This record gives sequence, structure tokens and C-alpha cells, in this order.
Amino acid sequence: MNLSRDDIPALAFSALLLGLAAMLPLTGSSYWMGIGLSIAMFTVLSTSWALFSGPTHYISLATAAFFGLGTYTVGLGFESLPFWLLIIIAAAIGAALAGIVGLATLRLSGVYFVIFTLGLAELVRQLTTWVQNLTGQRGFYVLTDIGETEIYLMLVGLAALVFLTGWLIGRSRLGFALRIIGDDEEVARHSGINTARAKVLLFMVSGLVAAATGAILAPRYVYIEPSLAFSPILSFQVVIMALLGGPGRLWGPLVGVIPFTFLWEAISSSFPNQTTLVLGIAFLVIVYALPRGFVGLIEDGRHRLRAREGYA
Amino acid sequence: MSATVLSLRGATKRFGGLVAVNGIDFDVTEHEVMGLIGPNGSGKSTTLNLISGALKPTAGSITLHGTEIAGLAPQEINRKGVARTFQLVRMLPSMSVLDNVMAGAVFGHRRAWGQAARDKAMALLDRVGLSGRANNRIGELTYIDTKRVELARVLACDPRILLLDEWLAGLNPSELETGITLIKSLRDEGRTIILVEHVMDAIRSLCDRCVVMTSGTKIAEGTPAEVLNDPEVIRAYLGDDDA
Ligand SMILES: Nc1ncnc2c1ncn2[C@@H]1O[C@H](COP(=O)(O)OP(=O)(O)OP(=O)(O)O)[C@@H](O)[C@H]1O
Ligand SMILES: [Mg+2]
Repeated sequence: MNLSRDDIPALAFSALLLGLAAMLPLTGSSYWMGIGLSIAMFTVLSTSWALFSGPTHYISLATAAFFGLGTYTVGLGFESLPFWLLIIIAAAIGAALAGIVGLATLRLSGVYFVIFTLGLAELVRQLTTWVQNLTGQRGFYVLTDIGETEIYLMLVGLAALVFLTGWLIGRSRLGFALRIIGDDEEVARHSGINTARAKVLLFMVSGLVAAATGAILAPRYVYIEPSLAFSPILSFQVVIMALLGGPGRLWGPLVGVIPFTFLWEAISSSFPNQTTLVLGIAFLVIVYALPRGFVGLIEDGRHRLRAREGYA
Repeated sequence: MSATVLSLRGATKRFGGLVAVNGIDFDVTEHEVMGLIGPNGSGKSTTLNLISGALKPTAGSITLHGTEIAGLAPQEINRKGVARTFQLVRMLPSMSVLDNVMAGAVFGHRRAWGQAARDKAMALLDRVGLSGRANNRIGELTYIDTKRVELARVLACDPRILLLDEWLAGLNPSELETGITLIKSLRDEGRTIILVEHVMDAIRSLCDRCVVMTSGTKIAEGTPAEVLNDPEVIRAYLGDDDA
């Protein structure tokens, strides 16, 4: 592989940030650990979501389905199998479900795809509830000795993998194919691109990562039940944070996750009943005021700066 | 007699009650430029769409070197060496001119990647008269230049069969002359071309043979001189009164 001159500082900078993030537990503050966990979790979810949705413009609201399956995998298996193996199994289940859903639905155009993914998450939740009712359980306990620090570090590690994957995809033929598909699918097809395969592959990456995230977080919930594991609001949060940052760049979602997490934290502690309202308002503001997210603002600013330098 | 590369037999496309292409038969011989002409709405673009895979034929067969391709996906047909331009130019608006052309080089019939794809794209930009525009954004181009980019993108996959849908439309006389020379040079390097065109000068100077369509049906086939003097063709173009 050949690295260009810009790649080395960017990689070094990312490694430094990840290293700093990994040191958060040293602060020993439970407030900061809580914030850190949220940021790590949503960074992983939003970034992997944007790997698929950024270039293709398909909005998926299925994150909760994959996440919940990951949580349940751990809930069902933690007594008999090692935790790391359960994460891998969850990831495989997530990828497989995304593959099936992708093959069935990625022929659908935009709006239908959104509705279908939302329906999918609801369907999986209802099915789980139904099965649990048959067995007479409402949920179950996940009792492990895995603490917040381990969970946090695993999420940071997963984030590193997601960024690395995204960076590699961006430089690959697959990444180029996705950008072409996002611009004009007809041109992509007529240029020899197997558009269905490219889209399904990326959708599988995002399903895999969401399921692995759910698995890693399962021990933190202690008691899991369908309404918690498959909470539809999670899917919306992921979309909003990714859009707020800007899904067109690999680092875009991160720029949305950080401020949104602080805002969310503040709102849910001061006005715990108004969180959905805030989500709605955030969505409207993003769509109207920041259609390309913070990334758009930053890039316009840079553009203007460069133009001014050009005239100087 | 050279080899037949593409043949249509009974190719038909219906849109609901409308029969846009009605049982068309024709053969295209290797290295020739075949004109597909006819009045507006006669089914020329739809025929190209059937060949390129953009639309699936309702009935009939389309063979490429004897292999059935009717109903295959466009990417499969493209990988067999068939590439096309669109009547309404299609660009990749978020990308640079260079990336637009590279899009054709990376996945198609002949595949290149990295520096090889870039070199190929640069050479094609020179060829279509866009040297020095590689880093422009699509929004900065004139309409004619977008047509040039599209042709370069299509050539980047090194097609054996090229489908051009009114690629010369909208050019001014001097651009038209350059365009005709360019298409001739493409034939001279051994490509087979199907040309949908309304510009008579271009048809006369480029086409070895023409197929004439009206209302989805083939009404004549022959050299440009033959078909353009055919009374039925004249009637189709001008209406019954002038025949
Ligand atoms: N996707 C479609 N759906 C329904 N009808 C269509 C579609 N595409 C084409 N048609 C109809 O099929 C007929 C043939 O259209 P086509 O575009 O092939 O004509 P054309 O010969 O290319 O005309 P022009 O010279 O104007 O480009 C027209 O009546 C057109 O309205
Ligand atoms: Mg047409």
C-alpha cells in the first residue's frame, strides 16, 4: 500500500486522539465515564452508519434492530460462551441480517427504504417480545464482571477499527464505486459497477458494527428487555448525529456526536420528559440550517479562506 | 464480409399500452458505424436502452457475438464491452472532471486502478479536447464540455461497441466538424458504433449503413444515400403531404 504525504499526519493525529480517548478512565470521574461511553458508542454507530448512508444517501433506521440483536446475543449466551466470542457471533448475525435485508430492499428507492428499515426494527422488537411472552419472561439479567472501563475501552477499540475500515474503503475501488452510485446510479450501472453488491456490502458493515456495539454494551444494562435493547429512538439519534456532523466525511459524524451528546446529557438531566421534543427540534434545525452538517460549514469556511488567499 | 457483432431479432418494448419498439430486427457488423434514425419519439433511444440493458425487452432477442444479452443488467453488458452516452447527458456532479472520466476506467470492460486509471483518463481528456480541465468541477463546464466528459468516461472502459445517443446534437458548426472527426477516429481504431442522430450531415459523412424507425417499427435499412432517398422515409420524416 502506498501512503500519500497527507495520509501520514492524518493517521498519526488519529492515533493520538484515540490514545487520548483511551486514557479517559484515568480521570476516575463517573460523570466523564458516562459521557465518554455515550460518545464512544455513538461515534461507532454514527460513523459506521455514515459509511453506508453518506455515499449512497439511503437513510437507514434499522440501527436499533442490529443493536438489539447484539444485546440479546450476549443476554442469551453470556453464561455458556466467552464474551469475546459472543461479540463475534453478534457481529456475524448483524452482518447476515443486513445482507438479507439489503438484498431484499436496496432495490427500493429512498423513501421506501427508510420506511422498510423502520418497520424492520419494530418487527424484530415485536418478535422478540412475542417469543419472550411465550416463554413467560419479560427480559433477563446480564450479570458479568465486565465493568464500565472495559466496555469503554472495547468501544474505543471498535471505533479505531471502524475508522480504519472507513479509511481503507475510501481509498478502494469499492469506495469509488459508492461515490459514483451516490451521484448517479444509472451511470454507475452503465460503467460496469455491480451497484446492488456494493450497497449490500456496505450495509452489512454497518449492521455488523451496530450488532457488535449492542453486544459490547449488554453488560452495562444489567437487565435487558425488548423496549430497551430495540429502542427506536436509538436509530433516530444515530441518524441525527451523523447528519449534524456531516456524513460525507469519515470524521464528520464524530463532529456531530460530541456536541449532541453534551446537549442530550444536559437536556435529559434537566428536562427528562422533553427528550423526544429535543430530538425533533434538532432534526428540523439540521435539515433547514445545516443541510451538509458541520462538515459543510467547515469546508465552506476553508473554501472562502482559500479564495481570499488567492486574491491577496 | 466481416463478422456480425450485434443482432436484434424481434426486439420489442412496451410501456403499458404504448409499443415504443415493435419487433425490430437488424445486424451490426464489426468496425462499422450504423446510424439509427427516425423522427422524434420513434423509439431510437428505447432501442439503445434495450441494447445497453437500461431497459429489459418485453420480447425478442439481442445477441452479442452470438451470446444472448437481452435482459442482462447494464453492468454485465458494459463488462462485455458495450458502452453508451445518454441523450440527456449524465454527469457525476460531486466529482472532478478527472474522477468523472476515471469512473469509466475502473469497473468496465477493461479495468484499471490508481495511476493507470488516472493516466488513461488524462489521455482521453486530451483526446476529447479538455486538456487542462481535469481538476475542474462539473458545475464549471459548458453544456458541450459535459458532453465531452461523458464521451471520455465512456471511452475509458475501452468499449468494442459504442452507443451514441445524439452525441452531436447542440454542437455549433465548427464543434460539429471536430465531433465528426473524433467519431471517425473511433471507428478507425476498430470500434463498432451505433449512432442515433438527427444531424443529416453527420449521418451522411459517418454512417456506413442506417436503420430508419418510425413509431417503433423499422421502415428502411441501407446506405445513407439509399435510405434518405427512400420515399417512405421521406414521408415518415415530413408527413404525408410532402411526399
Ligand atoms: N420510460 C418510458 N416510459 C413510458 N414511455 C416511454 C418511456 N421511454 C420512452 N417512452 C415513449 O416511447 C416512445 C419512444 O421514445 P424514444 O425516447 O425511444 O424516442 P426517440 O426516437 O429516442 O425520440 P427522440 O428523437 O425525441 O429522442 C415515445 O412515445 C416515448 O414517449
Ligand atoms: Mg431519443
